[in-house]
Amino acid sequence: MIPAEFRYLCPSTVDEAVRMLAEEGEDAKVIAGGQSLVPVLRMRLAAPTALIDIGGLTELTGVRDDGDSLLIGAMTTHYEVQRDHLIHDHALLLKLVTDTVADPQVRHRGTFGGSLCHADPAGDLLAPALALDAVMIIAGPGGRREVPASEFFVGYFETALAPDEILIDVRVPKYTGWGAHYEKLNRVAQAWSIVAVAAAVQVRDGTIAAARVGLTNVGAGPVRAVDVESALVGQPATAEAISEAALRASTGDGYKDNLARVLTGRALTAAVAG
Amino acid sequence: MTATAEPEVGKARLRKEDARLITGQTKWTDNIQLTGMLHMAVLRSPVAHARIRHIDCSRATAMPGVALVLTGEDFAAEQGSLPCAWPITEDMKSPPAPALAVDQVNFAGEAVALVIADNAYRAADALAAIDVDYDELPVVLDMEEALKDQDLVHPDLGTNKCATWVFDSAEAGSGTDVEEAIASAEVVIERTFRQQRLIPSFMEPRSVVVDPSADMFTMWSATQIPHILRWMLSAVTGIAEHKIRVIAPDVGGGFGGKLQVTPEEVLCLLAARRMGRPVKWTESRTESMLSAHHGRDQIQKITLSARRDGTVTGLKVELLADMGAYLRLVTPGIPILGAFMFNAIYKFPAYRFECTNVFTNKTPTDAYRGAGRPEATFAIERMMDELAVELGMDPMKIREMNWIKHDEFPFTTVAGMTYDSGNYEAATARAMELFGYDDLREEQKRRRESGDPVQLGIGISTYTEMCGLAPSRVLGALRYAAGGWETASIRMLPTGKVEVITGTSPHGQGHETVWSQIVADRLGVPFEDVEVLHGDTASSHKGMDSYGSRSLTVGGTALVHAADKVLAKARKLAAHMMECDEADVEFAAGSFSVRGTSTARTLGDVVLAAHVAHDLPEGMEPGMDADATFDPDNFSFPHGTHLCATEVDTETGMVKIRSYVAVDDVGTVVNPLIVDGQVHGGLAQGIAQALYEEAIHDEMGTLTTATFADYLVPSAADLPAFMTARTATPATSNPLGVKGVGEAGTIASTPAVVNSVLDAVRHLGVRDIEMPLSPERVWTALQGGSADASTPAAGGLGSIDAQGGQS
Repeated sequence: MIPAEFRYLCPSTVDEAVRMLAEEGEDAKVIAGGQSLVPVLRMRLAAPTALIDIGGLTELTGVRDDGDSLLIGAMTTHYEVQRDHLIHDHALLLKLVTDTVADPQVRHRGTFGGSLCHADPAGDLLAPALALDAVMIIAGPGGRREVPASEFFVGYFETALAPDEILIDVRVPKYTGWGAHYEKLNRVAQAWSIVAVAAAVQVRDGTIAAARVGLTNVGAGPVRAVDVESALVGQPATAEAISEAALRASTGDGYKDNLARVLTGRALTAAVAG
Repeated sequence: MTATAEPEVGKARLRKEDARLITGQTKWTDNIQLTGMLHMAVLRSPVAHARIRHIDCSRATAMPGVALVLTGEDFAAEQGSLPCAWPITEDMKSPPAPALAVDQVNFAGEAVALVIADNAYRAADALAAIDVDYDELPVVLDMEEALKDQDLVHPDLGTNKCATWVFDSAEAGSGTDVEEAIASAEVVIERTFRQQRLIPSFMEPRSVVVDPSADMFTMWSATQIPHILRWMLSAVTGIAEHKIRVIAPDVGGGFGGKLQVTPEEVLCLLAARRMGRPVKWTESRTESMLSAHHGRDQIQKITLSARRDGTVTGLKVELLADMGAYLRLVTPGIPILGAFMFNAIYKFPAYRFECTNVFTNKTPTDAYRGAGRPEATFAIERMMDELAVELGMDPMKIREMNWIKHDEFPFTTVAGMTYDSGNYEAATARAMELFGYDDLREEQKRRRESGDPVQLGIGISTYTEMCGLAPSRVLGALRYAAGGWETASIRMLPTGKVEVITGTSPHGQGHETVWSQIVADRLGVPFEDVEVLHGDTASSHKGMDSYGSRSLTVGGTALVHAADKVLAKARKLAAHMMECDEADVEFAAGSFSVRGTSTARTLGDVVLAAHVAHDLPEGMEPGMDADATFDPDNFSFPHGTHLCATEVDTETGMVKIRSYVAVDDVGTVVNPLIVDGQVHGGLAQGIAQALYEEAIHDEMGTLTTATFADYLVPSAADLPAFMTARTATPATSNPLGVKGVGEAGTIASTPAVVNSVLDAVRHLGVRDIEMPLSPERVWTALQGGSADASTPAAGGLGSIDAQGGQS
C-alpha cells in the first residue's frame, strides 16, 4: 500500500491523544483498527497530515457493567464484542449484528467505536446503536460530553464528533432478556448490506412490551423504524401483528423499500422466537 | 508403459509446490530486490476518450527521489505498437497501440505518463504532480451505438467496426444452409443474451522487474507466457531476441488475465534501458482492475430451429463482441474460439456463426478462463432450455434426443471439429443419480403448489469444450501468428536424479507435481527424484506457455515423448552393458534386465555409464538427455453434465445454490486432487458470472467497479459444497488419454445456474434475467419489470470513485 505521506503519532493516554489532535489541526485523523481508514488512505482518497494511533490505549478496550447500562470501550474489537458475556446477556442484538461484520480478519482488527465514527450508512453497527439508544461518550479539549446516537449520526459518513474530539466509550442501556435478531441481505458474505434490519423485542406473557428496530443502508445514516416500534407495543407476539407492523418500515415501492418491509418482518419474527 | 509398482498416474499426490507457495518461501516478482533498483509508477487517464493537449511534468521531475518522468511523446520513437497476434480477417482494422498514450487516450485507465524514482512511495507521490490537459471527446460505450459510426473511437480507422468473421456450414461443406432450415422449421426460437464484462481478478497483481546489466535485458514478470513475451518484446522494441531473457517466477494466478504483452512490461524494459539500472513496477488492485484486460462482453443473438418432436434443425449465431479500445495479444480471436462450440454436443445439421468485433472506449478485452467457449456454452445451454419450455418437454430429454451418442464417436460436427471420444449418456446418468433429480422435481412441484415464497429451480448444463490448444495447422488456417506445439526436455543427472524442463508456464496449476508423476511412471524413478524447471527462457528456451487447458494434453505429451527417447537410448546402452541383444532387454520398475536371466542394470547405472562415457556403443553420444516437441493433430474435448438446484427467495430476489453436481469427463486423470481443485475453482468463477461479477462503466466510461468492495468475487462462504464426480473416456489424440480440466468448471456452470433460477420463477411470468442475477434484478423481473435493471453494489467503498488509485 502506498498512501500519501503522513506523520504517525502514538499517544499513551486519552488526554495526550486529544492534545495531539488539537496540535495537529483538522487535517489530522485518528486511526483505530484501520479497517475503513486504511483502504481510503491506500487509494489516496484521503491524505491526512498526521495519523494519531489510539491502538495502544488499553483504557479504551473492554466492556464494563455500569448498573443499568453497559460501557463499551470504543477500541473494543468486533471479535471481543462477539465473545463478551455482558454483551451476550444484556445487549444480545449487538453480538448478533457483530457476528455478520465482514470476515474474521476484519473482526479481529476493526473496533466497535471505529465503525460508529466512520458512519458508513451501510455499516452494520449504526442501526443497532441507534435503535438501542446508545450514548456516545466523547473526549475533547473541553473535557467529556455525552451525545445520544440519535444526535451522533448526522449524515452520510458524518457524525457530531468535532475534529478535535475522540469517541472513548459507548453507553448502552441493558436489554436483559430481550429477544434479538439482525436480518441482513448482502450479495456475498463480504459485501455491505443492501438493506439490513436490527430488531430487539421484549415479550411479556405473549404480549410485546417494547420493541426497537433500526434499518441499515436505507438513507444517509441509520434509520430508526419508530412507526414499526409503536405499532408493536401492546400487540400479541403473533405473526399477524408482526406482518402488520413490518409494513410500516417503509411506504415506498422501490426495491429497498420492499426489502425494508420484508426484512423487518423476518427480523421481528426471529427476535420474538429467540 | 508403467514401470513403477504402484502407478503414479491416478494418485492424489499433494502438490510439491504448495509448501513454498502457501508459506511465501518463494520468489514472487514483487519480492525481487536488486542493487540500485528504481521504481516505476504509472499515471493513468481518468477520462475515457480525449486528446492530450499538453502534459506538464516539471513539478513532478523536481520532486525528491524522482529520477525521470516520461510521457508517450518521449517514448514515441522506441515504444512501437503492442502486438496483436491474431488478425482474424484480411481486412481487420487494427489501430496503433502505444504502451504510453501519445496524443490521445481511448479508455479510462490508459497509461499517459510514468515516473521513475528511488522508491515506490516517491514514484507514487510524484504522479499527483503531473498536470495533463485533456480535450475530451465523445465517449463510445455501447456496441450497437458504436456500429452507427457517429462518434469514432479511432477517427483514423473511419469506423468502430473492427472485423466480421463468418463460419457457414453450407459454405464450409460441413452442413446445410441455416436460412433454409429456419424457413422450413416447425419451431423457431430467437433470443438475445448479454455476456457481461468480467475482470479476471487473479490473486497476485501484475509485477515486472527489468535488469539491464551484463549486456542483457533480464525481465521477471508475473506472466503466463514468458516465451511468447520474449518474442513479442523483441518484435515491439527492436531489441534482439537473444539479448532478452524472460523469467516467470512463481506466478499467483492468471485465468488468461496474464496471457498478455502488457504496456507496463514494455515500459519497464524501455525505462531500464534508458536508466541503465534495474526498474520495478507492481500494480495496485485498482490499477489492475482498470487497466489489465477484461473478459467476455458480448451481445449474442441466437436463432434455433427445430421440429415439434424436439429435434434441432438449425442454429444461427450473430454476435457483437466488445474489443475495448485496442486489440491486445489475442483480443479479436477470443469470440472466434466460440465459433466451434455453439453447436456443442448436439447434432445440428445447419449452422452459421457471424461475429462482428467492435471498438469502444473501454479497457481492452482478451482471454479470460474459457475464452469464447463459456459464452458459446451459455448461449446453447440456455437455448436448449428455451426449446424445452417452448415444446413443453423435459429439458434433459430434449438434450438427450439431440446429443451425439457414445457409439457415434469419432464425430465430425457441423462446425468442422472432429470430437474423438465422449460418453454423454454415462456422465449424465451419474450426475442424475448424485443429484436426486426426481426428488428435487417433486419438491419443486410442492413448492409451486403451496405458493412457497422460496421457489426451487433445477438447471442443466451438458457441455463440451475444445482444449489442448492447438494443432499448428489449424491455428495457421485461423490466421493466428504462432503455432500450438509444446516442448519438453529431460536431463538425466549422473546421480540418477531427473530434471524436467517444460515449455509450459504454470501459474498455480501444479505442473511440477503432475509432470513429476508422469516421469516417475515412465522412467521408474521416485516421484521425489524429479525436479521440474519452467518459466525461464534461459533454461527452457522454447515453449508456447500455459492457457486454453493445453499444458497437460500438449506439454504432457511432449514429456512422454522425451521420456520414451531417454528409454530408447538407455535400452541400447543397457544391451551393450549386459552384452545382449537389444530385443532381449526388458524394462520394468526402473530396471533393465535380460529376458529370462537375473542380469540387470538399473536406469541409474545406465545413466551413469552414459555420463562417464567410458564404454559406449559405436556412434553413441555421451549423456542420456532427450528433447521432444509435440504438435497435436486434434484438439481434445472434455465434456460433462452439471446440475444445479437453486432456491429463489421471491420476496427479496436472493438466489441461493442449494446443491451443485458436476460430473466431468476429462479423460485420464493424472492427479485427482488437482483435478478436483481445478473443478472447484472453475465452478466458483462460472457461478460468479451467473450471480455476482460485473464490470460496470458509468456514462462517462469510468469503471465504477474498480475495487473488490464493488466487484463482487465470491468466497467459500458464498458457495455450496460441490459434489464432483467423473467419468473417464480417454482422449484418443494423445498417449496419456488426457483432455484438460482448467476451464471446464467455468464453462459449464454459468448456464446451469441461470437455467436453474429461471426454472424456479418461470411459472411466475419471468422469461429471462440478465447476468449477474443480482437480488434486485431477480426481484424486479418478478414484479414484471425490466430484467436488466442496473444494480450497483451496496454502500461502503461502492460509493467511492476509486479512479486512478495507487496503493
